[in-house]
Amino acid sequence: MRRVAILGVGMTKFGKHPEKSLVDLFAEAFFEAFDESNIELKDIEAVYYGNFVGEMTDGSANLSGFIADEIGLKNVPAIRYEGACASSSVAFREAVRAVSAGYYDCVVVGGSEKLLTAETGIGTRALATAVDAIYEMVAGLTFPGVFALAARLYAKEYGIPLERLREMMAHVSIKNHRYGAVNPKSQFYGKYGNLKVEDVLNSRMVCSPITLLDSCPMTDGGSAVIIAEERLAKDAVDTPVYVLGTGQASGGALFRQGRDIVKAIPRRKSAEMAFREAKIQPKDVDFVELHDCFTIAEIIALEAMGFFGYGEACYATEEGATSIDGELPVNPDGGLIGKGHPVGATGVSQIYSAVKQLRGEFKWNQVEDARIAMTDTLGGDFGTLVNIILGVE
Amino acid sequence: MFAEFFENLKDGRLIGLKCKDCGAVTCPPKNTCNQCGSRKLEKVLLSGKGIIKSYTVTYIAPMGYEKEAPYTVALVELEEGPWIVGRLDLDSQSAEKEDLVGKRVSVYAKEMPTEMFYPDKSKRIVPYFKIEG
Ligand SMILES: [Zn+2]
Repeated sequence: MRRVAILGVGMTKFGKHPEKSLVDLFAEAFFEAFDESNIELKDIEAVYYGNFVGEMTDGSANLSGFIADEIGLKNVPAIRYEGACASSSVAFREAVRAVSAGYYDCVVVGGSEKLLTAETGIGTRALATAVDAIYEMVAGLTFPGVFALAARLYAKEYGIPLERLREMMAHVSIKNHRYGAVNPKSQFYGKYGNLKVEDVLNSRMVCSPITLLDSCPMTDGGSAVIIAEERLAKDAVDTPVYVLGTGQASGGALFRQGRDIVKAIPRRKSAEMAFREAKIQPKDVDFVELHDCFTIAEIIALEAMGFFGYGEACYATEEGATSIDGELPVNPDGGLIGKGHPVGATGVSQIYSAVKQLRGEFKWNQVEDARIAMTDTLGGDFGTLVNIILGVE
Repeated sequence: MFAEFFENLKDGRLIGLKCKDCGAVTCPPKNTCNQCGSRKLEKVLLSGKGIIKSYTVTYIAPMGYEKEAPYTVALVELEEGPWIVGRLDLDSQSAEKEDLVGKRVSVYAKEMPTEMFYPDKSKRIVPYFKIEG
């Protein structure tokens, strides 16, 4: 197994892009990554692409070939990966394993998605394709619904009055919007930087107790990174960011997980796999970019990944432990809530932010002396989990 | 397997699968035991009773479900152990008013309009939970 490093990273501004196609969004992110990678186009041997619902939002499938062609790559293998919100994280992990194993020396991996342009009805239905198509969909379960169910379960499991939990959840939104508001790539750049608990609690109810400000937005966007084996990476760039470990796990429908829903067992397994491979422990991680699709999701993720005990991350969040100056900064780029969530592009956008932080280039919200970062992406109703650990020497 | 499950539910019977290896009950049916993965399963009639574990009133519905909103989706733990998803037979205002977790319910089925991807193109059968007492 060879060490794998990230050479260059790129992402579009997240937001609304009706004038750009899925292919355009990927290409724009790719050019930013390519231009800082100091390699030639012919060095790229394969394309790993994450997209969730191109068929529904853009009437478009079979996208990987169009994407390779659009960026000027002829005749290379190009593969689309779908793992709901974790699509490009799944693609990234597969790409890392292929380079590590020696099948390729250098590949590009990224994703794109267009949910904001698609409008709320189609967008919500498209997202809902990631719940169990028969037993959950007949009841009209949506994604906010999944996390609304989880929030109430969490409150009961740990004996917290629901209204009290909602206040603690609001602090996730306040923090992530504060960071999203200063990140120029964010959908909400310059907006919602100063929310109060009441703003979150009193915003429009989506699926009780989840409000609009408890939720990430619908987003259009693209992301891309170029990865290579260690020697090539060292020759090309001054500060390669190394992939120290990766993990992935799976789970069935929400109702099949029953009593374990708020413990998020697949996520625990995925995180443990990544820690094992990186030969580190949770306490060694300097900051995290994780899957805060809803406020409660950040709390559940922090516990399942092993950073806090079960039932404790809500209090830690309220006390500021996950702020930029806390013991474990979480989502300093704004997360899905503040930055936006173009589903298939989200995982690699987390890697974009983590790499910028590790290079000391995230000047609008830099984590000081960051050496080790971890990402976490969740696809579906706790069904597809990917964790990536990155570091600099 | 789901077609048989819903047809039975429509007639008032909740069907599950009992594992001959570990004894666990899987519901709704699945090709393997939800506990141990065994394929040695036998069809059993369940009591159709359970308790509410969680619920949410859905105000923003996906395409195809707009006319049904607001509706309440609930997770119910059946007496025999499995958790299932369905709708709560209660208007949304009442559902928001008090804490319903722990309430005893019985399961029945309602026929509703089908939707764009549902395999039955004439109707969809939705599990409903009625609060007892
Ligand atoms: Zn069994």
